[in-house]
Amino acid sequence: MRDEVTTAGILSVNDLHAWYAESKALHGISFEVREGELLTLIGRNGAGKTTTLRSIMGIVRKRTGSVRFRNEELIDKRIYQIARKGLAYCPEERAIFSSLSVKENLTLPPVLQKGGMADDELLKAFPNLQRRASSQGTKLSGGEQQMLAIARILRTGSRFLLLDEPSEGLAPVVVKEIAELIRKLKRQGFTIILVEQNLRFARSVADRHVIVENGRVVDILTSDALSQDMARVQSYLGV
Amino acid sequence: MFDAISPQLLFGQLLIGLINGSFYAMLSMGLAIIFGLMNVVNFAHGAQYMLGAFTAWLLLNYLGVPYWGALVLAPVIVAAVGMAMERAVLRPLQHLDHLYGLLATYAVALIVEGLIRQRYGATGMPYPSPINGGVNLGFMFLPWYRFYVVIFSIVICLGTWLLIEHTRLGAYLRAANEKPDIVESFGVNVPRMITLTYGFGVGLAALSGVLAAPIYQVSPSMGTSLMITVFAVVVIGGIGSISGAIMTGYVLGLVEALTKVFYPAGAGMVVFVVMIIVLLMKPNGMFSSPERL
Ligand SMILES: Nc1ncnc2c1ncn2[C@@H]1O[C@H](COP(=O)(O)OP(=O)(O)OP(=O)(O)O)[C@@H](O)[C@H]1O
Ligand SMILES: [Mg+2]
Repeated sequence: MRDEVTTAGILSVNDLHAWYAESKALHGISFEVREGELLTLIGRNGAGKTTTLRSIMGIVRKRTGSVRFRNEELIDKRIYQIARKGLAYCPEERAIFSSLSVKENLTLPPVLQKGGMADDELLKAFPNLQRRASSQGTKLSGGEQQMLAIARILRTGSRFLLLDEPSEGLAPVVVKEIAELIRKLKRQGFTIILVEQNLRFARSVADRHVIVENGRVVDILTSDALSQDMARVQSYLGV
Repeated sequence: MFDAISPQLLFGQLLIGLINGSFYAMLSMGLAIIFGLMNVVNFAHGAQYMLGAFTAWLLLNYLGVPYWGALVLAPVIVAAVGMAMERAVLRPLQHLDHLYGLLATYAVALIVEGLIRQRYGATGMPYPSPINGGVNLGFMFLPWYRFYVVIFSIVICLGTWLLIEHTRLGAYLRAANEKPDIVESFGVNVPRMITLTYGFGVGLAALSGVLAAPIYQVSPSMGTSLMITVFAVVVIGGIGSISGAIMTGYVLGLVEALTKVFYPAGAGMVVFVVMIIVLLMKPNGMFSSPERL
C-alpha cells in the first residue's frame, strides 16, 4: 500500500469503457502503471486486453473514461497525438507492411523524441533484420516479424511501450529471445504494458499483473503473489 | 485490307492514341493514388481536370497569365480547392461505407460542371497553343505541342511512380494504404497526409487539364466524356495499382488508335470490350495484387 502512495503512476487508466460499433467491449477498466514498471494484462480470449491497449492508443475511437499520461488527458486525443506524447504500440497481428521492404518497415516510424535508436544501432541490435534488409517485410518468419515490429517502435524514442502478445504462436527458442529483449528494455528503463497469455513468461518478466475478465479488471497481483497463487490465476484464465 | 492503309493514317492515329493514352495514364494514376489511401473512387476527377483547363483559360483571359504560368498555378489552385473539399465533404464520411464518398464526389462533380455551364455556357472555348509549328517526319507531320505533351506526361508518370515506390515519402503512402492506424500510431499525422494526397491527386487531374486545353477545347463537359474511358482503364489496370494505371493508360490509348485504323466502327467501344474481358478473366484487374487492394 505504502508503495502505491509514494510512487506516482505515469499512466492511469480510469473507468475506461470502449465500443466496437454498437457492441461494448470494455466495461470500466482501471489501473495504474508506474515509471519503469512492467505490467502485464492477463485474461482469457476475448477478455478485452487488446481493446484496452487499442483504447489507450486511440485506435478504438469510441471510448469514455480517463487515460492520463504524465498528467495529461489522452481520452479525447487522436492516435498520432497520443503517439507524440511518448507512447508506442506493437499490435498483436504485428502489422508488418507487405508493400515495404524490411529496411523500410524498420525505418518508417519517425523519430518523435530524443533518445530514439538510430538506424545503425537498430540494425546492430537486430542482426537478422540487417541480413534480410531488402526482402519484403512479410517474407520474414513469424519470430523475425515480431522482432521487426518491436524494433521499429524503438526508433520513435517513446519510452512507454504497449506490447500485445509478442510471444504468441512462436517457437520456444524464439519466445526466449523475445523475453530476453523485453528484459533488456526493462533494464534500459522502458515502461511496458505487456499482454501475455503465457503465465510462465509473464511471471518471468513482469512486476505486476492486471487480470482482465469480460472487459473489467478483476484482480491486480504482484509477480510473487502470482507465483504463490497460480491456481487462482489459472482459474481466471480457464486453464 | 492492310495495303489500303497509308502510313500517314496509321502513324497519325498512333500519335492521337499516344496523346489520349497520356491523359488516360495521368488521370487513372491520380485516381489510383486517391483510391489507395482513401478507398474513395473520386468521381470528381473529371470535373477537377476540367477545372484545371478552365482555370488556365480564366488566368489567360482575365489576368493575362500565359500557359507556362498556368501550368504551375492552375494545378495549385485546383488542388487547394480539392483539399478544402476533402476536409469539408470527404472527411466526415471517412468512417462510413465507401459508397458515400463515391456519391459525394459525384455530386460535387455535377455541381461544379453545372455552375460553370451556367456561367460560361456549354460550348467549347479555344485555348492557344504555347508551342507552334512542328516537324515533317516524312510519313507524318508531328506538331511540337503534341510531342511535348507525350514527353511531359511520361516524365510526370515516371516521376510520380518513383516518388511512391522509391522514396521515404512514398513508403509512408504505401504503408498508410495498408494500415493507416498503425502508421498513425507511429506519430504520423495521417489525417493531414490524406488531405495532401487528395490534393496531389487533384493537382494531377488539373495539370492534365492544362495540358489538354490547347489540344481539346475548354468546355464544362470535357472531363465527363474522358472520365468514362478513364474509369474503364482503372478497372482494367486494377484499382489502386499505380504502375498498372500508367501502363494500362498508354496501352489502351494505342489499342483505341489501332482499332480506329483497322476497324473504325469499333473504336468507341474497344476499351469497354477489353474491360469486360478482363473483368471476366481477372476480376481484380491486370496489375492488382491482393495486398494493394
Ligand atoms: N474489431 C472488432 N469488432 C467487433 N468486436 C470486436 C473487435 N475486436 C474485438 N472485439 C470484441 O471485443 C471483445 C474483446 O476483444 P479483445 O480483442 O480485446 O480481447 P483479447 O483479450 O485481446 O483476446 P485475445 O486473447 O483473443 O487476443 C471480444 O468480445 C471481441 O469479440
Ligand atoms: Mg488480443
